[in-house]
Amino acid sequence: MIAIVDYGVGNLFSLKSSLSAIGADVTVTGDADSISCADKIILPGVGAFGDAAEKLRVTGLADVLKTAAAKGVPILGICLGMQLLLEKSFEYGEHEGLGLIHGEIRPISEAIPSELKIPQIGWNSLNFTGERSPIFKYINDGDFVYFVHSFHGTNCDANTIAVTEYGAELTAAVACDNVFGCQFHPEKSGEVGLNILRAFCEL
Amino acid sequence: MITKRIIPCLDVKNGRVVKGVNFEGLSDVSSPVELAKYYSDGGADELVFYDITASAEGRALFTDILCHVAETIFIPLTVGGGINSVADFDRVLKCGADKVSVNSGAIRNPKLIYEAAKLYGDQCVVISADVKRVDGVFRVFAKGGRENTGMEAIDWIRHCVDSGAGEVVLNSIDTDGVKDGFDLEMLERVCEVVNVPVIASGGAGSKEHFIELFRTLPKVDAGLAASIFHFGEVNITDLKKTLKENGINVRI
Repeated sequence: MIAIVDYGVGNLFSLKSSLSAIGADVTVTGDADSISCADKIILPGVGAFGDAAEKLRVTGLADVLKTAAAKGVPILGICLGMQLLLEKSFEYGEHEGLGLIHGEIRPISEAIPSELKIPQIGWNSLNFTGERSPIFKYINDGDFVYFVHSFHGTNCDANTIAVTEYGAELTAAVACDNVFGCQFHPEKSGEVGLNILRAFCEL
Repeated sequence: MITKRIIPCLDVKNGRVVKGVNFEGLSDVSSPVELAKYYSDGGADELVFYDITASAEGRALFTDILCHVAETIFIPLTVGGGINSVADFDRVLKCGADKVSVNSGAIRNPKLIYEAAKLYGDQCVVISADVKRVDGVFRVFAKGGRENTGMEAIDWIRHCVDSGAGEVVLNSIDTDGVKDGFDLEMLERVCEVVNVPVIASGGAGSKEHFIELFRTLPKVDAGLAASIFHFGEVNITDLKKTLKENGINVRI
């Protein structure tokens, strides 16, 4: 069973639908016990990093996620959920993340030319870095996925598994052992996105 | 690099897709779920649904259908029509919409964009402006293009973006349904004053019109059309292939 973590951040309808569409056994839950028992965990999220990190802490779910990660349970963070996996964020202040992936979240405005629009909204191509990640098993280098973001991971070093070009190389996906993160939305990226979710479900 | 988006727009009334010329003389086309799947499979980058139903029953039917669409296709969905309050945002977002576009609702309630952007984020709020030249001035029209609000359009759009709208759909009433090309003059004026994505709407009649749009105005992010896609005059896969051959970056 795959648990989609419901901690009151964002709309989980599409994510749940996309997993159902590929035949995954999925439940949306904020219950610590159910999440602890899950075979795999997906951490979604939209909105502000500080609020979301705080919600994970006060609900105790931050510890649940860290324990699951240490036990080797596959975890996939999406968008803000990916950002929360990193060590910290500089979105409106400085906030601590889960620290499961190297690096910190910074505004893309620091990296890209000023004439480019922020957020980056739209379809952009994934460029794999290093060895192909198992979550990219069914897709190709250069495939397009859907992004909506104003912040991105920096200093992720060897944890970066894909970048995308938007005036500069931005971090598109990260991984460290059994923990994975996508800055883009696989549940909104058509067949390519479904194939990423499929590969994650098969881990 | 980020791609230019091609977006079919589906006007939905009482659960069926319709499309009028210059907003009048609506004719039934097809089922929203079937059309959405057809477009998603055919390479559409995003879909826009406008609910032009007047009654509450029709609106409930629309949200049901929206849920079916969102369960069937996995590309971004924008929903507009009858969005007058934050509760309306909530209603369609819960059915799987990713963005919500406001038009008359933002004209009636100047705080709507600000409030919705604060709750759901700028990326979720789209200002859809119906604009027409009146005595040489761009004016904002309300109620599906029937009522001249008297407001100057470029300032109004800039104000909406300052309030938190994360995207602009500019629909030129002057070129809508005419199929003689997008309203490049109007679009250019809007691109000059906002730094969020601008979606061109109204006037597409052929593939060449999309090439002309993206070549002339590189700041335009997307082209939206309805009837030419619904009636098969332009095939999206074909269109994107032609755009690519013409050096325009698209998702294929």
